[in-house]
Amino acid sequence: MRALTWQGTQKVSVETVPDPEIVNPRDAIIRVTATAICGSDLHLYDGVIPAMRPGDILGHEFMGEVVETGTDSTLQMGQRVVVPFTISCGGCFHCRITQFSACENSNPVEKQDMSEKLYGHPMAGIFGYSHMTGGYSGGQAEYVRVPFSDVGPIVVPDHLDDEKVLFLSDILPTGWMAAENAEIQPDDTVAVWGCGPVGLFAIQSAIAMGAARVIAIDHYPHRLELAKQLGAETINFRLTDVREALMEMSGGIGVDAVIDAVGMESHGFAVDNVIDIAKQKVGIGADRASALKQAILAVRFGGRVSVPGVYGGMTDKFPLGAVMEKGLQLRTGQTHVQRYMADLLAKIEGGEIDTTFLISHRLPLEEAADGYKCFKEAQDSWTKVVLKPGMAAGTA
Amino acid sequence: MRHESPAKWPYFALAGIGLAAIPLAVGTAAARKRREMRGEHDSAPGHTARRASFGDYHVVGRTVTIARPRAELFAFWRDFQNLPRFMANLDRIEPGGEPGHNTWHIRAPAGKVYAVDTRIAREVDGELIAWRSTEDSEIDTEGRVTFEDAPGDRGTRVGLIVAYKPKGGVIGDMIATLARRSPELQARHDLKRLKMLMEAGEIATSARTCADLPTEKEAR
Ligand SMILES: [Zn+2]
Ligand SMILES: [Zn+2]
Repeated sequence: MRALTWQGTQKVSVETVPDPEIVNPRDAIIRVTATAICGSDLHLYDGVIPAMRPGDILGHEFMGEVVETGTDSTLQMGQRVVVPFTISCGGCFHCRITQFSACENSNPVEKQDMSEKLYGHPMAGIFGYSHMTGGYSGGQAEYVRVPFSDVGPIVVPDHLDDEKVLFLSDILPTGWMAAENAEIQPDDTVAVWGCGPVGLFAIQSAIAMGAARVIAIDHYPHRLELAKQLGAETINFRLTDVREALMEMSGGIGVDAVIDAVGMESHGFAVDNVIDIAKQKVGIGADRASALKQAILAVRFGGRVSVPGVYGGMTDKFPLGAVMEKGLQLRTGQTHVQRYMADLLAKIEGGEIDTTFLISHRLPLEEAADGYKCFKEAQDSWTKVVLKPGMAAGTA
Repeated sequence: MRHESPAKWPYFALAGIGLAAIPLAVGTAAARKRREMRGEHDSAPGHTARRASFGDYHVVGRTVTIARPRAELFAFWRDFQNLPRFMANLDRIEPGGEPGHNTWHIRAPAGKVYAVDTRIAREVDGELIAWRSTEDSEIDTEGRVTFEDAPGDRGTRVGLIVAYKPKGGVIGDMIATLARRSPELQARHDLKRLKMLMEAGEIATSARTCADLPTEKEAR
């Protein structure tokens, strides 16, 4: 089969590799019909996530048709399914309390040592996301082996196009959980840093959950425009002092909840951020966290800080004093995708949520490397790239 | 209980950390009281002590919570033929001549396989199995697995503790560590594989094809 493989920092290519097979009884093989490039794939692309090996197949947002099932899979041939990016066994303590992204059994034993050392506990398995999360082959390919296929994938009805449901795999539940973590109350003003896919879906979700006002912060005009179309007010941080603006806009109280949908690659001009960039370059792996630091200073006393943005290492000058003195609640984590899929699918089917506005580009899988390059370099216009293995080359 | 003097444990290495197969009284309230009166322990399991050696013995241990009933897990372990399914370095177990006697064939670095003759030293149905190598065994080792109910419906806490005298002393232990077959790592990995097998029904692998599977426990 053909698959998009990581070859080195900012080097990816589509190669011919052996087709996946049923390896364990609960496996299924999915023929991929649509797969997306995620902002967090750019972390792998840029080499800031460790434990990548040349030849690794990327992609954790994908869907397709079931073409083969293991003896213990509950899927049936021909079903259309969306696959969560988190791999979960369904039987461990964390799965049973619906903390699916903390599954204790999905990361192969021999791959658990690194994250256990780094974080104190091993991470769960994730598709196409380095050997720290299992080294699973990802979905930017013609076929994928999906472990625990009786727990993860959700069957979608035929009348819903791929583009309508694909984002159930990651960014829609991630935006939704980010808003849920912000514990939104009816009169709340919520500020969201980053109008990438997760930020936009967090804005959409916060509005759906009844936030009185949502303020979106970014510097890309087109992304801010999309936020505005969803019903948010906007701040361009290149033109405006964000904390000052948020204080004024909230009548001097501060915003009630903040969402950092930027993560470790945040752009900013703070001195410590520059230091963090330098450390990232020399391989110390410090996370640039300027958005989070700014969010913590902007949120009111007793406010909620929700962090869907991805961080992998450590950060300097974290304003812990502000967290304590202001009595903030900090909630974060990889998304428990399986917890949200069914409800969000129902909302899509009922027309309450539409996510197709996000897609700016559709490419054949063969052109995936260009997709990565453009998504990284032209973030304003390339809001979301969907790769279609079935699409003929040169038709994009 | 963390004794200072090796002389205090004559035969059973695990006695040194309160886990001997026979002097099990260490788990009792009376024993705890005695230890408290001596003022020389905290509540942590002995194998988490900062020193890992007790006399000539190296001690490793690990606990996992498995969301299955205690009786089921005990029965699975007690059928020793199941052990090679999750213990990577265990090639096979052969029943010995007498009841409770078994020969464990253990893979060591450089392709060597050691035969360890063991006998069950103590067994409490549903709670504990302890074994010890016999005097003429190639490796001097003893181990114990315990099964306790976890709080609420979390299942069972399975604790594995193994004491062994490194073959070739410190050097042998070092080589084993270099070969990534350190017993410390092994105990941890083995219990995680047991957990996967019992909770998920299979052992997770990221192999994309059957050919990618680690060759007969090689890469583990
Ligand atoms: Zn993603
Ligand atoms: Zn699980």
